[in-house]
Amino acid sequence: MSKIVLKIDHLRRSFGDKEVIKDFDLEVYEGEFLTLLGSSGCGKTTILRAIAGLDSVTEGHIYIDGKDVTSLDPKFREVNTIFQNYALFPLMTVEENIAFGLKMKKVDQQEIKKRVQEMLTLVHLEGYEKRKPRELSGGEQQRVSIARALINNPKVLLLDEPLSALDQKLRTKMQLELKGLQRKLGITFVYVTHSQDEALTMSDRIVLLKDGKIEQADTPIKIYEHPNSLYTAQFLGDSNLFQGVVTKVDVKYAWVKLEDAMFKVFSNQLQVDMPVDVIIRPENIKLSLKKKSDSVFEGKIVDSIYDGASTQLIIRTGQREIRAMLFGNDKEYVKGQEIFVTWDIEDVILFKRDTDEK
Amino acid sequence: MKKAVENIYLVLIFLFLFLPIAVLILFSFNTSSLNIVFEGFTVHWYKDLLQNRTLLEALFNTLIVAGVSTIVSTIIGTISAYGLHKYSFPGKNVVNELLYIPVVIPEIVLGISLLSVYTLLKLELGMVTLILSHICFCIPFVIISVRSVLEGVDPHIEEVANDLGASKFQIFTKIVIPMLMPGILSGAQLALTLSLDDVVISYFTAGPGSNTLPLQVYSMIKTGITPDVNALITIMLGVVFVLLMVSTVVQLRRIKKEAIS
Repeated sequence: MSKIVLKIDHLRRSFGDKEVIKDFDLEVYEGEFLTLLGSSGCGKTTILRAIAGLDSVTEGHIYIDGKDVTSLDPKFREVNTIFQNYALFPLMTVEENIAFGLKMKKVDQQEIKKRVQEMLTLVHLEGYEKRKPRELSGGEQQRVSIARALINNPKVLLLDEPLSALDQKLRTKMQLELKGLQRKLGITFVYVTHSQDEALTMSDRIVLLKDGKIEQADTPIKIYEHPNSLYTAQFLGDSNLFQGVVTKVDVKYAWVKLEDAMFKVFSNQLQVDMPVDVIIRPENIKLSLKKKSDSVFEGKIVDSIYDGASTQLIIRTGQREIRAMLFGNDKEYVKGQEIFVTWDIEDVILFKRDTDEK
Repeated sequence: MKKAVENIYLVLIFLFLFLPIAVLILFSFNTSSLNIVFEGFTVHWYKDLLQNRTLLEALFNTLIVAGVSTIVSTIIGTISAYGLHKYSFPGKNVVNELLYIPVVIPEIVLGISLLSVYTLLKLELGMVTLILSHICFCIPFVIISVRSVLEGVDPHIEEVANDLGASKFQIFTKIVIPMLMPGILSGAQLALTLSLDDVVISYFTAGPGSNTLPLQVYSMIKTGITPDVNALITIMLGVVFVLLMVSTVVQLRRIKKEAIS
């Protein structure tokens, strides 16, 4: 494995008597694209600000490239931060903005000029040298702020929801661009976002946070397909939740009983009478017009939302609503159609439920 | 018809605003020494003005007081506004509210209070007390003016500068001050105007040898205003007018340049 460039050791942070970060440990490898994902208030931005040195920590240590920087002023830390609202210096031109870091380090004028040009080429803003931030679009401003950070050759680039102020189309484009930039330069990115899409598309590793603690840290594929908690499963991607009880167990399979249906799952470590939560992703829901031997529910399509590439179906069975996703637009499955629902046993995501929790 | 009414209204408003000034300028060229009837054109009073030691000294004092108090109150006010905006401390809200008191209380109250303080401290009234008093009533105006700009500034900008290697001092001088410049300048302008024409507070806190122009003019009311005062004020108006024109032209140019690019 490559070397650890950023290490966070037992980090704690309290605001008043509220502990926002609780004993947080993390190791980030050189060249990695790591995403801190979580809902607002989970502490992801607090962690990022602690790494940058913009906020102090209550307890614990932060190491950059093996050096303890916990109490080091931000200006000495070899990391740079990119903010959601770009935070460009409004009175400086694009060129002056990008050159700022090197100017503070008293780098030679000629060298600065050369590096600024390189950066402008890198972020596709050649010819924008003399413009002021307010003459730029949101996307262009964000590129300037990226260039302004990257020119310093940071060991780690910290990004605090950098794309959330952009519109959907531009956001998708910038996601790819950022990812491309990161691959090309090999700089470690620590990326904070609340958007699971962004986390899944860009990251090498996702750290899902819940209440200041790590819920799960894994590759996008693992965290999506094998979540280790109900929270993770529901946070990433859409899901159908079925809460039931195990009624029968044999060597290979177990049977989960719901109020109105019963289905088969793999039996690993399940026991009879165990309450379980079962998650099925909408894209794994299988539909048929005729009842099959493995059909679990019988229902009716109550809504169909077409978005071009896919169609979302809402199926009502009894009190329950099931979401299914089809690619394209299948004409057989229209609103009002009676339908049978099932899924492959491999697509079942199952969690034992702590009975005293609910 | 409606248009005509609008125009008449406009003319009346302008007359109301500028007639007194026009009269004053006119009388500064009046051959008669009485500000009652215009008898003929002369620049005699302008020559006279150069001989009037009292008036020139008062003008000199006024400029010194206004200059020093503007500079000092702008510096103190800007730093205070920044501190009040950026840092939180116990009693911050109280301080914020207290700031408005010198702005809203009658000048006469502030004048008497300052006089009492100087008497208590056994400070001899003169230029020093006058300047101190002017600084005192100018600071809140600067703070309020600078703070209104500060509120629109993205707090992340300072963090970015720090992140990119700037020290606290560099952030303040290279990033914060330029961003606050509109507020600082309008605060300074306010301070300058307030100081230049202050009568009430100066009346209480000036001493021998620190007579200012407004005080001088005010005291001359009893004996009658001589036309050389008119001449002096006409010159001051001229200076202000030129400055105003320059600043307008500069601003217009900037707007034009921005519109082009």
